[in-house]
Amino acid sequence: MSFLKIKNLSVDYPMRKETVNAAKGVNIEVNKGEILGLVGESGSGKSTVGNAIINLIDEPGKVSSGSVFLGDLNIHEDHKNNVKYRGKKIGLIFQDPQTSLNPILTIGEQLIETIQTHLVLTKEEAKERSISLLNEVGIKDAAKRFDDYPHQFSGGMRQRVVISLALCCEPELLIADEPTTALDVSIQSQILDLIKKLTKERNLAVILITHDMGVIAETANRVAVMKNGDVVEIGITKEILTNPKKTYTKSLVSSVPPTNKKISRFVIIEKENNNKNKDNLKILNRWTKKKIIKQDLVQVQNLSKSFDDNFFTESSKNSIMAVNDVSFNIREGESFGLVGESGSGKSTIAKMIVNLFKPSTGEIFFDNVCITTIKKNFEMMKFRKQIQMIFQDPYSSLNGRLKVRDIVSEPIKLHNPLISKNDLDSYVFDLLESVELTQNSADRYPHEFSGGQRQRISIARALATQPRLLVCDEPTSALDVSIQAQILNLLKDLQEQLNLTILFISHDLPVVRQMCDRIGVLRDGKLCEVSNTEDLFLKPQHDYTKELLHLMPKIESIYN
Amino acid sequence: MLVVAFVSFSLFNFVGDPINNMVGEETSDEERSELRETLGLMDPIHVQFSRFVVNASKGEFGISYQLRRPVSELITERLPATIELVVISALIALITGTLLGVYTGINRKSFVSDVILAVSLLGVSLPTFVIGILFIYLFAVILGILPSFGRGEVVDLGFWTTGFLTISGLKAIILPSVTLSLFQMTYIIRLVRAEMMEILQTDYIKFARARGISEESIKYKHALKNGLIPVITIAGINIGTLIAFSIITETVFQWPGMGFLFIQAVQFVDIPIMSAYLVFIAFVFVMINFIVDILYYFIDPRIRVKGDTVSG
Amino acid sequence: MDNIITTWSRIKDSDIFFSFKKSPTAIISSLILFIIFFCSFFVELITPYNPFDPSSLSLMEAFTPPSWTEDGLSKFILGTDGQGRDLLSTILYGSRISLIVGFSAIMFSLILGVGLGLTAGYFGGKYEMVVMRLTDVQLTVPSILMALLVDGIARGLISREMHDEMAIYVLIFAIGISEWPQFARVSRAATLVEKNKDYVSASTIIGVSNLIIMFKHILPNILRPVLVIGTIGLALAIIAESTLSFLGVGVPPTTPSLGTLIRLGNDFLFSGEWWITFFPAIFLVILAFSINLLGDWMRDTLNPRLKK
Repeated sequence: MSFLKIKNLSVDYPMRKETVNAAKGVNIEVNKGEILGLVGESGSGKSTVGNAIINLIDEPGKVSSGSVFLGDLNIHEDHKNNVKYRGKKIGLIFQDPQTSLNPILTIGEQLIETIQTHLVLTKEEAKERSISLLNEVGIKDAAKRFDDYPHQFSGGMRQRVVISLALCCEPELLIADEPTTALDVSIQSQILDLIKKLTKERNLAVILITHDMGVIAETANRVAVMKNGDVVEIGITKEILTNPKKTYTKSLVSSVPPTNKKISRFVIIEKENNNKNKDNLKILNRWTKKKIIKQDLVQVQNLSKSFDDNFFTESSKNSIMAVNDVSFNIREGESFGLVGESGSGKSTIAKMIVNLFKPSTGEIFFDNVCITTIKKNFEMMKFRKQIQMIFQDPYSSLNGRLKVRDIVSEPIKLHNPLISKNDLDSYVFDLLESVELTQNSADRYPHEFSGGQRQRISIARALATQPRLLVCDEPTSALDVSIQAQILNLLKDLQEQLNLTILFISHDLPVVRQMCDRIGVLRDGKLCEVSNTEDLFLKPQHDYTKELLHLMPKIESIYN
Repeated sequence: MLVVAFVSFSLFNFVGDPINNMVGEETSDEERSELRETLGLMDPIHVQFSRFVVNASKGEFGISYQLRRPVSELITERLPATIELVVISALIALITGTLLGVYTGINRKSFVSDVILAVSLLGVSLPTFVIGILFIYLFAVILGILPSFGRGEVVDLGFWTTGFLTISGLKAIILPSVTLSLFQMTYIIRLVRAEMMEILQTDYIKFARARGISEESIKYKHALKNGLIPVITIAGINIGTLIAFSIITETVFQWPGMGFLFIQAVQFVDIPIMSAYLVFIAFVFVMINFIVDILYYFIDPRIRVKGDTVSG
Repeated sequence: MDNIITTWSRIKDSDIFFSFKKSPTAIISSLILFIIFFCSFFVELITPYNPFDPSSLSLMEAFTPPSWTEDGLSKFILGTDGQGRDLLSTILYGSRISLIVGFSAIMFSLILGVGLGLTAGYFGGKYEMVVMRLTDVQLTVPSILMALLVDGIARGLISREMHDEMAIYVLIFAIGISEWPQFARVSRAATLVEKNKDYVSASTIIGVSNLIIMFKHILPNILRPVLVIGTIGLALAIIAESTLSFLGVGVPPTTPSLGTLIRLGNDFLFSGEWWITFFPAIFLVILAFSINLLGDWMRDTLNPRLKK
């Protein structure tokens, strides 16, 4: 007998031009002691459903129909009284532990307040209970840390505190909305293990909302797939992942980068835009395609970068060594991956290669010329043409005030000031076509495009100067998994057709496996290991690499 | 502080020839150079400057051009009037402003909030002197219940004269202080409201709701406490602005304070008073900033307790 | 022509225009402002009287109350002042002065403030520190005080006759100087945000020069908050000017602004001729209020975070 029954739940947001149906007649059931994964891409409605259960929908949205049963109790019957179930019967945790806690109250105060809201206990009793709870979620020295403020805890610890707050009044249902998305992969696995443990020990019904299929495979007993407010498919995790029935689910599952093998291209079932021109890229007419010489295009030697904390005292006491004595080479025509968790220094290295920062010590050679010591601007321009970059955030990488045409022509006009208007226009169109966008995209503004399309525009802009090296800084980390697959395919195709050398930065190991020939693993600014991709994954040398591989959530774990 | 002292000093010395300003047209050239000697104006600049600073810290600013009295005397005479006015206005503005700001921030949709906001907008559009004139007209001329100028009777407490201890003194301070506080009050209302609204949108408030904490507790305990932190800075700047705006109010109500003195000084280009006023103001501001920083330290735990990012 | 049409349809379609249409306060205040601007600038065409031409004045008509009172004359709608000048005309002339001073002062502030703030935010380093210190120091000094100071210094430096001639410029400079830190602060903060965005990095990588990045990319994106501060600053500048004129240290009496008029009228308040001070004051308040309403609406519309 299911504990949680969501019947025909609909949530609407009346907007200026139309009403958005965030959730349409959703039916979901969850048993006690079971974790149901609620998976979907952005805009699927998964968070909306989570919030709707306890009526936490922000205005102007509202629950327009449906009911939610906890056992025999319809908690949506009386909308006003629905509030009293929050915390008592249902606990909810959010994604970002940084902002979930009130910064000016100690965690002890916040715990006691929550406990005393729902349970009749004295302050002493509440305190005792809080401390045992903190122990349960794995906070060491719980009694002492009881009086600490939220900012005194690290990200992972804070999330544990958040979990303890959600569970302190013994709810029977826990809703976890992307609880580990903001955390590093090593912390992520700890939190997920914690959730699994608590589910068993307390016999909780748990809804785990996430977009990460690997997490689902490893943590959820059953899974519901959502798209555009509808539940597309629901069932036992193993079934859904190995034998998906609906097209969307198939597409979703096949877009996930495999962790256990290398494939040449992602299988795309539902494409975002079908503009693929099977002919050769028109921009090749303008490109002088360089032959690939088996040489090192980029040589990084003893690169270090420290950021000084305090502007005045440039003492090394306060400075942070973001990059520490890193050396590696990139051969022309290959795809080199730089992998690490947040704070490992990978982005910093990328930014030094494209000359956004100067290194503190060390040198970078491009085509056997040392580019870190170039002082003259016009000399630097020669190299700027050859090294370009695409970024992680599709929303901040394009200037919203300019038309796409202007964004893409800026580099062209700068390096070819004498180019005629017709030539310029046709080159821009060719570039757009090469990233599978139509010609009339040129006269539109960035906000009219989706995240994936914006990344395509960024790629077009990067290709405008005929670069030899393309640095990709987490280019798909902010995109939905199905869009990611398409963009990664695009990058692979472009690399092949244009003989590009790619430096691929990511924290996502499966993606890197698919995209790169060789990989460097970074930790805290130091390079732990560099080897061929398959060697790295099958026979890792460094302990840190082994740990990362072990902890990364694998969708294939479902086969075990 | 030193910067300000330097500015005052330059004012003093370079804006117009002090000697010419001080003596009448008929004084002979000989007498003028004699005067220069006595006043030490022939000494090199840095000597003059250090003398200025030393004198300033002792409270001596020389002699007013216009009124022919030592500036320090003038200041001590007028200081209590201004201070009392400013303190009362500050209290009115802060307390009322914060209360109304919190109310309108929390109850966003109520009609009362809208009215308060409309009135506050009006308050920002009304120049202080217009408010003053209006009040005088209303209360003094038409209704005749409150005095339209002056300070009423004051009690002399040695170095301080206070209007608080007499009925007429209290009556006299009502109109000017309300006038002075209005502009600030409206500003505070809007600021506090904006703060409250922003806080109510944060994740931690949402999480508190998700835990079932009551709405009252959320509004008055969680949101309010966080909202009050920036109010402290506002309060600090507030006092400063009030002192400046007191110039206007004192003029309208002929309140015998330092502001009134300053305006006359500007009109007659009475440099010593101007520079003295400047130094005084600067001192007050520096003190206020300092006190605000200390208060911040006590109230915001993020500053008080060092964050610890031990991983785990 | 094409470009204008597309820009217009883009504006019509935009969110901003939509909330403009929906908001009665925005429409009304803009309308009022438009009327005021129009009348003030074309005042010569509108009024039959020139209050500054002594030959057209007659002391016999002095102190005429407004036309709807029993002693009023229909040709002087709002009455006359102590010298027989038609109040409505003088108010309109006065508001023109107030508007000119206000606008010029704010433009000066804006250009100075945005220029410093943008460059400070973009280049950072010691330059930024110096600029920010300057704004900090100046922000502790209230603007009225600042303006008074500058005015006072100017008086000391320039002789009396020249001062009268230059009074307007001094005033504009004084008020402008007192408001620039706000613009600088806002521009710098917005610049810092934009500077960290990837499109700026992209342009840098392409090789675009700093100057072009600042003016082509960053400046258009920081204009929104600057505009809000600008509108509210305009109201403050107008009030500041009228305050200074009221205190007697603003525009010279030969070109009276609204503040001067209020001061002059104040002398007659107690003897019963209330209208001489009342109408200029009301006019000033309506002007400031409309600007503030507009500014308020702009702030609410352009702030994405408080969208509800």
